[in-house]
Amino acid sequence: MHIPDGFLNIATVGTTYAVSAGGVGYGLRKARSKLMEKQVPMMGIMAAFIFAAQMLNFPIIGGTSGHLIGAALAAILLGPGSAVLIMACILIAQCLIFQDGGLLALGANVLNMGIIASFAGYYLYLGTTRILGEERRGRLFGGFIAAWGSVFLASIACAIELAVSGTVPIRVALPAMAGWHALIGIGEGAITVAVLSFVMATRSDLLELRKV
Amino acid sequence: MRLKWWHIGLLLCLGVALISPLASGFPDGLEKVAEDKGFIETALEAPYQLIADYVFPGIGSEALATIIAGIIGTLVLFGVAYGIARLLTLRRREVD
Repeated sequence: MHIPDGFLNIATVGTTYAVSAGGVGYGLRKARSKLMEKQVPMMGIMAAFIFAAQMLNFPIIGGTSGHLIGAALAAILLGPGSAVLIMACILIAQCLIFQDGGLLALGANVLNMGIIASFAGYYLYLGTTRILGEERRGRLFGGFIAAWGSVFLASIACAIELAVSGTVPIRVALPAMAGWHALIGIGEGAITVAVLSFVMATRSDLLELRKV
Repeated sequence: MRLKWWHIGLLLCLGVALISPLASGFPDGLEKVAEDKGFIETALEAPYQLIADYVFPGIGSEALATIIAGIIGTLVLFGVAYGIARLLTLRRREVD
């Protein structure tokens, strides 16, 4: 869902950069006050894993592929503030080193896949585990809902940005983006559940750490 | 040096980077929409290219070039995120 340059107009570029700068500032403040030393390696591993996993596009129907965003997973394991920081690091590196996502579109990409996906994932997970309980079943189901919802909502934000930029009408962009990403979100959910169950089996204590 | 859990974690991440050539080459959701709805041509080229499209330049085998790009990215992201997290926790200790 990395937006290249050329799809967004200058007003959208400016707005999304401003909102994303605010979001990254929030993540930095949260991490500075709450991040524990024990969580430092997890921050590195999470960023490394999400970067590597994002390279692995999986095919869905109709000659289309999707890849993990990872924000929901990061938010569940480390909290939304840290997830925003991790996603911003990944998106900046992808933009500057790998030319994936435009320089001007970076603000929108951080907003969609960093901020919106992280917070959506976090609160969907909290809501689901509150209903179903914090047992394994509730957590894995919560992880799936969080992951799917994070992709779906990020794609809607992306469609709105394309539409307000005048690139494509909203009545065209919204169903197309939301439709494809409703499918891609199933892959996001499957990967998120798999990683969560792996973490639960190997390092369940990491799930109990104070979230940032 | 004792082996810590995150040493193994980082190896697993590098393992994921190793299988990156298996990734589907189909357009992703946004590219697909841009193609179908006819605005893919409005995309602009990046003003410079380093390891564009996750292919390390100047290597004959595209699979190998992708693996090298993946390993570089994985290590860079580990280092950057670890470094930022470390700085943020260190700074707090000074403040306390």
